[in-house]
Amino acid sequence: MAVPPPDQPIVQFTRVSRSFGAVKAVNDINLEIRRGEFFSLLGPSGCGKTTTLRLLAGFEQPDPDGGEVRIAGEVVNHRRPYERQVGMVFQNYAIFPHLSVEKNVAFGLEQHKVPRAEIPGRVAKALEMVRLDPGTFGLRRPNQLSGGQRQRVALARALVLRPAILLLDEPLGAIDLKLRKEMQLELKQLNKSLGITFVYVTHDQEEALTMSDRIAVMDNGRVAQLGTPAEIYENPRTAFVAKFIGESNFVAGQADRQTGGQWLVQGPLGAFRVPDHPRLAEGNSIRIAVRPEWMDLFRPEALPAGENGLVGTIRDVIYLGETIHVIVTLADGSDCTVALRNEGQLIKPLPWRKGDRAAVTWLPEDCQVLEEE
Amino acid sequence: MRLPRWLIGFSLLVYLFLHLPIIVLMVFSFNNSKYGVSWAGFTWEWYRRLAEREDILNGLRASLIVGVVATIVSAVFGTLIALAVARHRFRGRTALEAFLYVPLVTPEIVVGISLLILFVLLGFPLGITTITIAHIAFCISFVVVVVLARLQGMDEHLEEAAMTLGADEITTFWKITVPLLWPGIISGSLLAFTMSFDDFVITSFVSGAGSSTLPIVVYGMVRKNIEPSINAISTIILLATSLLIYLADRLGRDRPLKA
Amino acid sequence: MAGLRQRVLALTHRRAELRAWALLAPGTLWLLLFFLVPILIMFVYSLMPRGVYGGVEPGLTLEHYRRFLNPLYLQILNRTFLWSIAATIICLLMGYPLAYLIAQSGKWKNLLMFLVVLPFWTSFLVRTFAMIFLLRDTGFINTLLLQAGLIQQPIEMLYTPFAVMTGLVYGFLPFMVLPVYASLEKLDFSLLEAAEVLGARPAARFFRVTLPLSLPGVVAGCLLVFIPSLGSFLTSDLLGGAKQVMIGNLIQNQFSAARNWPFGSAASFIVMALVLAAVVTYLRVRDRSPGGGGVA
Repeated sequence: MAVPPPDQPIVQFTRVSRSFGAVKAVNDINLEIRRGEFFSLLGPSGCGKTTTLRLLAGFEQPDPDGGEVRIAGEVVNHRRPYERQVGMVFQNYAIFPHLSVEKNVAFGLEQHKVPRAEIPGRVAKALEMVRLDPGTFGLRRPNQLSGGQRQRVALARALVLRPAILLLDEPLGAIDLKLRKEMQLELKQLNKSLGITFVYVTHDQEEALTMSDRIAVMDNGRVAQLGTPAEIYENPRTAFVAKFIGESNFVAGQADRQTGGQWLVQGPLGAFRVPDHPRLAEGNSIRIAVRPEWMDLFRPEALPAGENGLVGTIRDVIYLGETIHVIVTLADGSDCTVALRNEGQLIKPLPWRKGDRAAVTWLPEDCQVLEEE
Repeated sequence: MRLPRWLIGFSLLVYLFLHLPIIVLMVFSFNNSKYGVSWAGFTWEWYRRLAEREDILNGLRASLIVGVVATIVSAVFGTLIALAVARHRFRGRTALEAFLYVPLVTPEIVVGISLLILFVLLGFPLGITTITIAHIAFCISFVVVVVLARLQGMDEHLEEAAMTLGADEITTFWKITVPLLWPGIISGSLLAFTMSFDDFVITSFVSGAGSSTLPIVVYGMVRKNIEPSINAISTIILLATSLLIYLADRLGRDRPLKA
Repeated sequence: MAGLRQRVLALTHRRAELRAWALLAPGTLWLLLFFLVPILIMFVYSLMPRGVYGGVEPGLTLEHYRRFLNPLYLQILNRTFLWSIAATIICLLMGYPLAYLIAQSGKWKNLLMFLVVLPFWTSFLVRTFAMIFLLRDTGFINTLLLQAGLIQQPIEMLYTPFAVMTGLVYGFLPFMVLPVYASLEKLDFSLLEAAEVLGARPAARFFRVTLPLSLPGVVAGCLLVFIPSLGSFLTSDLLGGAKQVMIGNLIQNQFSAARNWPFGSAASFIVMALVLAAVVTYLRVRDRSPGGGGVA
């Protein structure tokens, strides 16, 4: 492939669709992935993230009138996986059981006709890069390796070819928690040190937030929102995104009038203020999302000025270590979760008990006006 | 879980039922007495006599030729079919899968006479060729069942992984699919050979007057006159096919497929 | 060589279906030509009148099928049917406990199963002969009993319905054990423990938990014994003699001594119809049962 301009996205999906029978697994999506970034496809099962990855790999083709997939500027719709400069790590690692670790890693090099003399050196370097000692592990067979070790072999095998893009399909799913956190950091480091674009599929939103430069949140074959972890977390566009990433409380109401830079919204549970937003026009029904950690609790009679407040009864106080979650049942029966920092219940206990009347409060700017899905 | 004593005793009886007739048969192939069933000493006589019988030797040769040819052809055809069914989506796939199982449930007698009718209609002379054709037909289904089971237990991502590493479909097939499938192919082939070697009913309909496979010869011996030579050839057949089945079984369980 | 490779790859890229059919073609063609077509021809034969030498003449007739309404032939059908059912039931009563034992045998499972399966894979002819060797008037059992003084005259066992039944059970017992074992092996034993905690005694646990959940295996096993018994030929031929005629023998006779190919074809077709009915019934039962579809 010719050397493309440095600011050109390395992957472009233009109106891509892929149907299986009557179902559109991927429905008219557009996205761009930048060179060298760690890009995640995040969503629940069945949202189309794996299909999107496979479209990029070449195991699926877009529908006949289903858009274009571009890699480094060239349309690759009909190119086979072995004709694309793409490496892949599979969910179950897909290590060849009949080959040793060395032969597994060397496989791609042999296919690309790398000179025989070079191969052992490159294999050893690749294994060292994933922290597997070539001397100890080189001749071992896959059934003599632990899950974590197999995963590293799968990585080494793909990376030894220096692909432009590395695809990862939920590679950390089968690994236990502590090792998973270590691997997440290692993958992130590899991405930065090698300069290879990583495209990562996961259903674990914490993982995506930790590792990614940008995230595409997918739902039902469409991209619900694309942005940096901060954008996704702090400014979720739709109720789906607000619910899928972290926790959210939802409040609904009708926009009444504008005063100063804020709108007054009338809701069934009371009135509240919201900063100006394109969706706000007199009479519109809107919904806002407020994250539990943006909320606070006060006695109903001691409501601070300038803050929104809804009154309810405390249903539960849950001790989570770092935080305390207080669940408040509001006047219409719905629950609201408030996350308070735990400053030591043994020395400075919170004054809230089950059954107390309390007001959940938040600052007008600490909310997100949601768009229709 | 403790097993009730009656269950163990009952099971022992069933095992006896299954194996005693064969054991008795084998023991008496060494009996130094032509008619009686009382033990009269050990002898190799009856085995020696087998070696002198032209019909047995010819039958053995015929069975081996038919067996080897039918096994190789059905192994190739059957493996290709299994690959198509396991790895591709295409119209009519479910119908085909069902169709592949029909030969396994069709009574041998129906298969036999329908082929006889076909060959006579076409004017095809009955002989080794027609026997081989018939054997290939029923062996294909056997091979498909065994190889398909193995394929379905195989991680399909292995082939995809190979493609992301630069191997095209043909290379992937030879370097990944075949090595991993090989024990299953051998296992299915051994089974097919055994089925072919032992077949009587279908063969009896499609073999002409001259050509006879070993089972046909043995059948003739049983009908004519019961003598220990039958025990001897039976013992040989039993031991040979048992060995093949043992090998097929071991190979069928070889190598973990999900790494 | 490289050019050929490229051409094959290019051709198969275009349509995935083409790839599949290229693989399927040889085997499927063989099966169509040498399995399906002959059966269809046989069906047509069954509808044609008998020719002079036992073959067929042009024409269409239902006389061969109508002949089955004759009590003589109905009796044969009846006998075949009843014996097959009897053999199935006996195999079930013998095979289920054995399968249960094997499923509980931990590390001996594979060996025990192998010992059951081994006879099944060896020559049916040889095994039938082994039965003859045991059951004849001058056979093993009679000689033993005579020498022990337990009987004065040999018991007539060969050429009786008893011999045929024994032969059928002997031949097809492993077919029952295999699928029943397969479904018992999948049984979650914690279900039985749960039943025990709820107060169920051994008999109740068996009839209300184990048996229903192993039903798919039982049905598969019954089918695998019933179907070959229906079409059985060798067993009744060698062990039953001239008097114990099953439909398989009737069919064979039409193609040798009796020389009536169309009638034999009709009889074959009736057997096929019975077999297909049994298979369809099995598939319906399997799709409806709770432990469903885990076996054959």
